[in-house]
Amino acid sequence: MEPLLAIAIGILFAAAIYMMLRRSIVKLVIGLMLLSNAANLLIFVSAGLTRGGPPLVPQGMAAPEGVVADPLPQALVLTAIVIAFGVLSFAVVLVRRAWEIVRADDLDRMRDTDT
Amino acid sequence: MNPQIALPILIPLLAGAVSLMFWRSRLMQRLIAVAGTGLLLLASVWLLVSVVREGILVLQVGDWPAPFGISLVADLLGAIMVVLTGIIGFAVALYSLATTGRGHEAYGYFPLMHLLLAGVAGAFLTGDIFNLYVWFEVMLVASFALLILGSEKAQMEGAIKYVTLNLLSSVIFLVAVGLLYGMVGTLNMADIARRMASLEDSGMADVLAMMFMVAFGIKAAAFPLFFWLPASYHTPPVAVSALFAGLLTKVGVYALFRVFTLIFHHSPGYTHEILLWGAGLTMLSGVLGAAAQYEFRRILSFHIVSQIGYMILGLALFTPLAIIGGVFYIMHHILVKTNLFLVSGIVHRLQGSYQLKRLGGLYRSHPWLAVLFLIPALSLAGMPPLSGFFAKFIVIRAGLEAEAYGITAIALLVGLLTLYSMIKIWSEVFWKTAPDRDEVDANPAVDQREIWLMSLPAVGLALCTLFIGLNAAPLYALAEASADELLAPERYIEAVLGPLGETSP
Repeated sequence: MEPLLAIAIGILFAAAIYMMLRRSIVKLVIGLMLLSNAANLLIFVSAGLTRGGPPLVPQGMAAPEGVVADPLPQALVLTAIVIAFGVLSFAVVLVRRAWEIVRADDLDRMRDTDT
Repeated sequence: MNPQIALPILIPLLAGAVSLMFWRSRLMQRLIAVAGTGLLLLASVWLLVSVVREGILVLQVGDWPAPFGISLVADLLGAIMVVLTGIIGFAVALYSLATTGRGHEAYGYFPLMHLLLAGVAGAFLTGDIFNLYVWFEVMLVASFALLILGSEKAQMEGAIKYVTLNLLSSVIFLVAVGLLYGMVGTLNMADIARRMASLEDSGMADVLAMMFMVAFGIKAAAFPLFFWLPASYHTPPVAVSALFAGLLTKVGVYALFRVFTLIFHHSPGYTHEILLWGAGLTMLSGVLGAAAQYEFRRILSFHIVSQIGYMILGLALFTPLAIIGGVFYIMHHILVKTNLFLVSGIVHRLQGSYQLKRLGGLYRSHPWLAVLFLIPALSLAGMPPLSGFFAKFIVIRAGLEAEAYGITAIALLVGLLTLYSMIKIWSEVFWKTAPDRDEVDANPAVDQREIWLMSLPAVGLALCTLFIGLNAAPLYALAEASADELLAPERYIEAVLGPLGETSP
């Protein structure tokens, strides 16, 4: 399972970078979304995958039986998803406002602040 | 229990929340802004005093034992940075009373400012690497919103570059944290450091070190990752520029210092060599970029970049004296750079422009303002007896002692070019006669009380610069103690985890 996910993460990263290198701002935001998803998946996989082992301690025992999933990366991914959601919704609004003001969906036409 | 560690985070968070409750009351928001940042300054001074007295302080949040819960750690470097945050926050809060328009306040300028300060203070005090990521994001979200207050065209264009590159850096940071967790199985920085020391495979550690370097390098605006900074810092309202210039990039520098002294100090021949050349190129490219600019705030933005180079140089040389120099440089730079931005705002209020070509004659009409500019400007360039002289002197001396002559030559050259830039501003803005009246926009009506309120924090920061310059020995001792701590990571680890062997692996 891990090699498969590794390949999927690689494809996600590649697609994200490709989208970010396009000139359209909308594609730039799509690229950022893919990028954050790729990062989340990567954290999920990097701590190791287990199947059907919830990290719960059975009643009357001090430690869970057998191999269980590590709950921490899942908590990290959850936090990262929430943060990425907030930031990306800001980015979407920003792109919309920028389009209203600059009237261009082309990064090459945003040269006012270039040096 | 050490409540003083949590206070610098809790006060701005609380002030931001209370400020939100008074969304419609302009007066209350202003009062809370001053009171909140003032309290933050007091709390941070209390923290620094107790850290100096008692050594590294640790607070285990929720009383979870060290490697499992989140630890807040205040060592000397963190405490110094928090005090600087308090000073800058207070100065900018006073300044924004005069400069922030009604429109900006109605869209939540003050709550966002508190949130930004909370994020910055949190990043300086946390001892958990994922928590550091969270504080970075708190700070970033607040800075995004502050950056586009007012929604002008340039702000939108600047913001798109700023947001994209900073998100990219966050993702790289997150990926590095994930991989690090996969490798050592912990997120507590002290615990990571302990386990990295016993790790055999240094190839992966080098890869992770590079990822952290790129992630924090983007935040700190190091070469070649700094292009978002000069594209965006001159666009927002000037109080926001001043706040960003003082604090945001320095959070990246702080993170570099923390990570490369605590966790990745296993092969300085590789990582710190790259940092060294990065530092040299950062200094050069920043100062050369500034030489080509004719806009007040843009020149200052490029100088942030070049000054970041000096701080990273201190870290990269990695000798005790160099680390002292780096810490001293951070203290000096935050005060001076914010001060210069504040002065640029006063000039803008008086003459209505940031373009050097349209300014002039201020020495004749406002000689005190010229002096107020000269103090931080000459300090930035490293003139004795101001704070910048000692900062540069320590770094350069460390470079000579480490026999890194090439980089020391660059540092000296950059100091000279900085002087050139500052003199350019001086002669264009203050010395030359004012351009013809019909070329200049009609001067905005100037309210003397506002000018007075704007000058107050600038004067305060200038006095701080003078104080550091004339009284460098105690601050040098502080920087020295902080460098001792940074170069002996065992002390940090022991403070967080308890004496070796007590906690089970």
